[in-house]
Amino acid sequence: MDLKIDQHNCYIYTGSRPFDAAQPSIAFIHGGGLDHTVWNLLSRYFAHHGYNALAVDLPGHGRSGGALLQSIEAMAQWLLELLDTLSITQTALIGHSMGSLVALHGAGTFSGRVNFVGLLGIAVPMRVSDELLNAAQNNDHSAMDMVNLWGHGYGAQLGGNQAPGMWMTGGGVRLLERGADGVLYNDLNACNAYSQGLEVAAQIQCPAQILLGRQDIMASPRQARKLIQAITDVQTFELHPCGHMLMAEQPNQVLDILIDGLALARRTKMVA
Amino acid sequence: MPAPDPIHFDTLSLHAGQRPDPATGARATPIYQSTSFVFKDTAQAASLFNAERPGHVYSRITNPTNAVLEERIAALEGGIGAIATASGQAAMHLAIATVCASGDHIVASRCLYGGSHNLLSYTLPRFGIETTFVDPRRPEQFEAAIRDNTKLFFAETLGNPGLDVLNIPVVADIAHRAGIALLMDSTFTTPYLCRPFEHGADLVFHSATKFLGGHGVAIAGLLVDSGRFDWEASGRYATLTEPYAGFHDMDFCEEQGPAAFIMRARKEGLRDFGACMSPTTAFYILQGIETLSLRMQRHVDNTRKIVAFLSQHEAVDSVTYPELPDHPDHELARTFMPRGCGAVFSFSVRGGRDAGVAFIESLRLFSHLANVGDAKSLVIHPASTTHHRMDDQALAQAGITQGTIRLSIGLEDPQDLILDLNRGLHNASKLQKVSAA
Repeated sequence: MDLKIDQHNCYIYTGSRPFDAAQPSIAFIHGGGLDHTVWNLLSRYFAHHGYNALAVDLPGHGRSGGALLQSIEAMAQWLLELLDTLSITQTALIGHSMGSLVALHGAGTFSGRVNFVGLLGIAVPMRVSDELLNAAQNNDHSAMDMVNLWGHGYGAQLGGNQAPGMWMTGGGVRLLERGADGVLYNDLNACNAYSQGLEVAAQIQCPAQILLGRQDIMASPRQARKLIQAITDVQTFELHPCGHMLMAEQPNQVLDILIDGLALARRTKMVA
Repeated sequence: MPAPDPIHFDTLSLHAGQRPDPATGARATPIYQSTSFVFKDTAQAASLFNAERPGHVYSRITNPTNAVLEERIAALEGGIGAIATASGQAAMHLAIATVCASGDHIVASRCLYGGSHNLLSYTLPRFGIETTFVDPRRPEQFEAAIRDNTKLFFAETLGNPGLDVLNIPVVADIAHRAGIALLMDSTFTTPYLCRPFEHGADLVFHSATKFLGGHGVAIAGLLVDSGRFDWEASGRYATLTEPYAGFHDMDFCEEQGPAAFIMRARKEGLRDFGACMSPTTAFYILQGIETLSLRMQRHVDNTRKIVAFLSQHEAVDSVTYPELPDHPDHELARTFMPRGCGAVFSFSVRGGRDAGVAFIESLRLFSHLANVGDAKSLVIHPASTTHHRMDDQALAQAGITQGTIRLSIGLEDPQDLILDLNRGLHNASKLQKVSAA
């Protein structure tokens, strides 16, 4: 689905199903340097199980036009504009890595519009090493290699993909290579600079799930502890074996957890 | 935190794609000799069919043993995914059928394995797919042959049997400027000697029957996707950029991103044409790949010794091997195949066809058969076997004469191989002397 936001084309993958205003919606927000395809299995599942799956390409990513948004706050604001454009009053937000910070910020700052938040591979703060930032700023391929190899647990680097015949780290680096120069740096910088995580976490009013990879060295479970304490209604899951690329490394586990979380959120809302 | 070090080739050859079996702890990859896999429940079944979850349904399309092999070759080639097929020919057909339809066109090197030549020259035209053959040493001929309906460039890393070395980046650049993908047959080199994706190729296939297996016990093919070609920007590939009614109206580029080609190949080509690999074959090929580096290096080392022996033998007219300074692609070979130019090469014995026959029939250690890339040394006469459908002009263009002999050097002690070849050459010489008398 293509929309216009701020006069720029915005692409949303909807799981091969048309948008239906009568259905509940889930917005999926990708990580730094990536695009909607990281959600292909999850979004396709929910699109065929009663939801509008809205796997967005953030501005300047994938098929979306527009200038890169330089902060997590700006990305969340853009997401809010997208919801307004589609007249969505209530939605679930599910984000990965940088996208998880966007989802976190959205769930805290426009909390009345969010009925569930899923935070995958999140750390607060989400610090990025100088070495990686410098390489990304220079558009050096080593930045993609660092993200790709640090991003996959060691087991995933050896393979054993649940998606038959697909080489995870090969696919990961190709996806990063598709981004234009400056995209990865912009996104890593936005993650590194974001400082409102704990503050907005306290404002979240909906049920939350946090999914972490036990072998994640980009956003280690240790770095999410304070966040977990700051959210009122939160379930936490530590996936094993799993690094930072949870949807690729443990697609079935991630899907099962989110199915339960979304179902619980809907039941809670109905009871309330 | 220091920059991460990627896992190296030899380690990937042993481990890529496999973790110890979760059910049994088996260290070796088990042979999942099962046609089909039990669903947990009806919901999971529906999700597997609708591409909402990964997993195995039916072994024609995916199988756990095959999946290990597929990941392993994708890792070794530097690709994103692969498909195991019934043969190298099946892999080539799958690649073509995934992007070509009736009315489409291919530009191919004219120096190809005879089976590939057959498919392109005789069989695909019956299905409306035409091929223009060009000289692989003249990249400008690829460019000149491009048509509006051209969908693929195709060549071998080492042409058959003249061992023409394709200037991969130059040909890839011509292809990419026209929005065309470059498919390469990398059977003779394997990823140990050449990784075509690093030089610009987009798709690679192997007859895994050959060096990847190495043991000569299984017919197998592998098709690998680099994930790098932008099918959408090209505008030539409707099968990947438009909704496919045969699979839930999936637009593969939209949904699969870099994996569009390999996913379509599996969801359509493997499903419908059905040329899948058996799990037992996948196991055999995995056993071979575990020792790929060791074997390929020994193949190359032995070949160098044999080439040196033949090059100075009085009964030999010529030896064609890219590591020889007089080979027209010597410099290209040094660039793209620094570890060696493989173990298949040809030479011409003095005395033409009759001398060639006498030579082959005198050999005791070399096996006369239609294969290459075995651990055992092999010999064949291309003009009467693998390339017998080609007329003299086509043979000449492919660098084959009536006296051409093709050898595939195995892993035996090279001194024993040299003794065997010497015996054959001696008998060929005797025939020549009798004729002269």
